[in-house]
Amino acid sequence: MIRPLLGFAAGALFAAGLAISGMTQPSKVIGFLDLFGDWDPALALVMGGAVGVHLLSYRLIMRRSSPLLSTHFDLPVLKALDGRLLAGTAVFGIGWGLAGYCPGPALVSLGSGRTAPLLVAAGMIAGVALFEAIAKGAFGRRPLPSLD
Amino acid sequence: MLSALIGGAMIGLSASLCLLLFGRIAGISGIMGALVRREGDRSFTASFVAGLLVTGVILALLRPELFEASVLRSPVALVIAGLLAGFGARLGGGCTSGHGVCGISRLSVRSIAGTLTFMVTGAITVFVVQHLLGGSL
Repeated sequence: MIRPLLGFAAGALFAAGLAISGMTQPSKVIGFLDLFGDWDPALALVMGGAVGVHLLSYRLIMRRSSPLLSTHFDLPVLKALDGRLLAGTAVFGIGWGLAGYCPGPALVSLGSGRTAPLLVAAGMIAGVALFEAIAKGAFGRRPLPSLD
Repeated sequence: MLSALIGGAMIGLSASLCLLLFGRIAGISGIMGALVRREGDRSFTASFVAGLLVTGVILALLRPELFEASVLRSPVALVIAGLLAGFGARLGGGCTSGHGVCGISRLSVRSIAGTLTFMVTGAITVFVVQHLLGGSL
């Protein structure tokens, strides 16, 4: 019971942070990416605030041998700057810049009942599902090694 | 500007809680992937997403202006944007939360490179749509 409750609380805090910081407003995201237009630096401050807090706590937390509610840390292990990273993040950036939503804000914004995040989130879930199917070997492709 | 910093700090705190409690990074695209695959630590992933969704509903009722979406995009453009963002994030191993917040905090060169990449393509996309195509799509 405690694990799902705390997981829910962490998600709630994340959502509140996204909303308060303005990241659930696509105009603010696009304003940040609009380098040659009316530039809105807010997203840089959001990232700065987030990394500022998390970078310090990461170092403290990783002194532990294990997390509090799991048996071991399960962190990304890939290090290579390979084609998958560059192609994937490049494509992600196009989608992000196009609508002004990334996954977190899209999910949080579903509660507003607006059509835009609903359509974006639907596309995201489909895009994730398409990737997972290809990675598993659908469409005759070799299964990809798991990233996670 | 203060709300940006405070909101950012809350995001960072949430990511730290995920790490301390569950030993996982708060990468939303990765969490979506795990849920779609029906794998992973479901008492973390499902409850975290539930927290995102429910809090969104509550905040939208209390402060609807926080969800203002005045950017002009057709339904087709929005779905395509989502497809690209979802597929690309999974292919690239993360998004703004996974690479941007968690990866940079871990001083991961891979995440720093990934973040720079999506910032650049994001900026190019906005330039094209806002300044070459008139701002609506």
